[in-house]
Amino acid sequence: MTIDMRQFFQVFFEETEELLAEMEKLLLAVDVSAPDPEDLNAIFRAAHSIKGGASTFGITDLTEVTHVLETLLDRIRKGEMALTQEHVEAFLRSKDILKLQLDGHRFGTPVDLEAVGDVRMLLQSLSALDAPLPPVVLATPVAAISTAKYANRFRVELPVTTPRDGTALANELGLLGQITRSVSRDQRTVFELVTDGSADDIIAICSFLLDPATLVITPLVPLPKAIQSNGTATSDAPTSADADAGYGFFEPLDERFGNLTPTGTGTTSADNAAALAAQEQQQGYGFFDTFKLPATAAAPDELPSEADLHLLPITEITSEVVGASAAPDGDRRIPQRRESDKASSTESTSIRVSIEKVDQLINLVGELVITQAMIEQRTDALDPMLHERLLNSVTQLTRNTRALQEAVMSIRMMPMDYVFSRFPRMVRDLAAKLGKKVEFVTHGAATELDKGLIERIVDPLTHLVRNSIDHGVELPAIRVAGGKSETGRLSLSAGHHGGNIVIEVSDDGGGLNRDRILQKAMQNGLAVSDAMTDSEVWQLIFAPGFSTAETVTDVSGRGVGMDVVKRNITAMGGLVDIRSAKGFGTTISISLPLTLAILDGMSIRVGEEVYILPLGYVVESLQPKPTDVKEISGQGRVIKVRGDYLPLIPLHQTFGIEPRFTEPSEGIVVILESEGRKAGLFVDDLVGQQQVVVKNLESNYRKVAGISGATILGDGGVALIVDVAALLRSSRQLADESIFS
Amino acid sequence: MTNAAQLNAQMQGNKQTGDIAGNEFLAFTLGKEEYGIDILKVQEIRGYEAVTRIANAPEFIKGVVNLRGIIVPIVDMRIKFNLGEPTYDQFTVVIILNIGGRVMGMVVDSVSDVITLSPDQVKPAPEMGTAFNTDYLIGLGTLDERMLILIDIDKLMSSSEMGLIEKIAA
Repeated sequence: MTIDMRQFFQVFFEETEELLAEMEKLLLAVDVSAPDPEDLNAIFRAAHSIKGGASTFGITDLTEVTHVLETLLDRIRKGEMALTQEHVEAFLRSKDILKLQLDGHRFGTPVDLEAVGDVRMLLQSLSALDAPLPPVVLATPVAAISTAKYANRFRVELPVTTPRDGTALANELGLLGQITRSVSRDQRTVFELVTDGSADDIIAICSFLLDPATLVITPLVPLPKAIQSNGTATSDAPTSADADAGYGFFEPLDERFGNLTPTGTGTTSADNAAALAAQEQQQGYGFFDTFKLPATAAAPDELPSEADLHLLPITEITSEVVGASAAPDGDRRIPQRRESDKASSTESTSIRVSIEKVDQLINLVGELVITQAMIEQRTDALDPMLHERLLNSVTQLTRNTRALQEAVMSIRMMPMDYVFSRFPRMVRDLAAKLGKKVEFVTHGAATELDKGLIERIVDPLTHLVRNSIDHGVELPAIRVAGGKSETGRLSLSAGHHGGNIVIEVSDDGGGLNRDRILQKAMQNGLAVSDAMTDSEVWQLIFAPGFSTAETVTDVSGRGVGMDVVKRNITAMGGLVDIRSAKGFGTTISISLPLTLAILDGMSIRVGEEVYILPLGYVVESLQPKPTDVKEISGQGRVIKVRGDYLPLIPLHQTFGIEPRFTEPSEGIVVILESEGRKAGLFVDDLVGQQQVVVKNLESNYRKVAGISGATILGDGGVALIVDVAALLRSSRQLADESIFS
Repeated sequence: MTNAAQLNAQMQGNKQTGDIAGNEFLAFTLGKEEYGIDILKVQEIRGYEAVTRIANAPEFIKGVVNLRGIIVPIVDMRIKFNLGEPTYDQFTVVIILNIGGRVMGMVVDSVSDVITLSPDQVKPAPEMGTAFNTDYLIGLGTLDERMLILIDIDKLMSSSEMGLIEKIAA
């Protein structure tokens, strides 16, 4: 049986990359003085998953690094060591190394073996420090301990297989939980598996190698007999008896301890502890167990008493202790409670699908919507009395189709957070390297952008952020001298603006130096004059080859590769704009067209035509009273809304449409707001509200004044999206008919 | 008028054989005149369907349609060159052109066939005689009794006169 392993490798690479990113995010967020145990666990889990995956695929160098990393992490999360800044640095470095190694495997890029060795040494030396605490890991009882955490026991009887397949399966199933292997009388391989998983999981794994039909899976009673049959210690009898005397609250716990007890396998301290625990349970009223139990449980392992200081819920601590003592070789089993508690747990929250499939889906749904619209149209002609039930079903179909369309369209969209989240680390490292203090803030991380654009915006943004730290934000001393706070501020923001997505990189640094740029431009033989406006001057830094040292600031040249940034963004159909004030900072704003971006729109009708208004601009809509509409010097009209007079823009006039109504009091006025300016747009009718995919008009036609794009309606027709910002800008010259010419 | 589907199929075949470019022309009529354009610029032929008007656009730009998810502008050549009556019915034909990656539609009265012309069948165009500026003409093609006005559709559609493309030479 041959399986193309490459596809699995791909998945592993992608997953590992995500895990590394997650790890980094957590590491950056962790508060060294008081780390959240939950976070430490998550970091540990990430490291561990990488290790597991790497060893599955036989990528040993990755396994080796993760192993030492994990060992250190494990000790920290168990509270054996206090987390220090040094640790965080080391973890971040090892994350980089892992990424390097991963890329090495993935793309064949060279890996700096020396750096790998360095990091391993560093991690090892860190874990060797304050080693006096006795090793927690008990050598023998791992197998039995782990049973404590698994809910199910199965007996899996395989058909006659080759020994190789048998071993492979044993390894795979071992990942689910604890496995013992034996051979039955008729030469069949028999596994006994203790696991959280269900029989289905076992079948899923086995079906790689075997026909599931030939499997015999028998669920076994978990405990305590199971343990006895396992051949482990039998000292659990008294404890379970004690447990019976408990108050019901303790049952799950007792079971845990019951399970835990044999783990001591002869170590009397464990037995004693368990007995002690049981005794205490008998006496206690359930309130104190949080304190006592973990302590007693920890006692045999001579764990420090941090455990009880944390006052965690009881099950968590126990499972943590269990998990801890199972480390390092049993540590694949993560405390199960955590997994289920945490929604953000990395597993099973996403699946990987190729983008072609998604696009195909989007197209298919598009067709479906059109078909649905057709059906709706046909049924409109039917007598509602006679066909009531059919019509009801069609209404439901309409609703469902809309929901489906919305859901499918959102698949391609990704929040800007995907991009923003990679910057905190970069900012931190770069600032530290340059001896600067930088506070990094992001706004609008939830703004959604098409995946294609998101991926292409990363490089230009990285460049801009790096520039801002390198050349924008000044050294603390200079900042203080300039009357600013010591810590610079770098902000990344994203938002919808006038039919575009605007992403801004903003710093409060020294700003661009106009004279220097002009001087440099002259040297480079560019056509410049002193009369140029600031914004024209700023655009000069995008000129190719303009980037040399001392161009702008004393440090080095802002503008290194700025031409590339500009080119990339222009290729996406976007614009780059710079605002800068000397001594106050620089803002570079990238405005991207809404190609494929999704927009919440309100559709309105004027005459026979339907237009879409981006919902973000819509404040309200109303039907004005005739008395609320006033004329101003015969040129234009205003509408009185709650005491304010707003200019009235008749859309039919602006777009030259034959309207149904010419009096605002007959139609509808939609109040729009953009850039702090409000106006009323007079239309015939409101049609509805929907999410639309914005299509670019310019790809096959040209820019149309007053229109920011187009979209395809449910019936397959095209509706144009009104450029509200431009419309409002022009509202000041209401009577000017030549606005759009 | 020949069946559009049949023509589409014929075009496919022609494209695949990879004949010397510019030798084959799609013949169509505007009013009483017969025109030809390079078949390789033609993406497909469709019937006319309702368009969405674009505000403040010239009259010959009928508007935009949705062509399988792409927004495509539609130009009515009859209005632009004042030939024939601009009527829209089930027989009105739209030739979808693909010029340098930009897709646009061109409304004509009818499409007849695909013809092959050898270089000696193409005569230079006289200075006058058609609605088109001679800059946009390749020449006049003769096939038996027929005369085709061969248009350099590339040049025509990207001209500022059509206003379909902004800033042609940016």
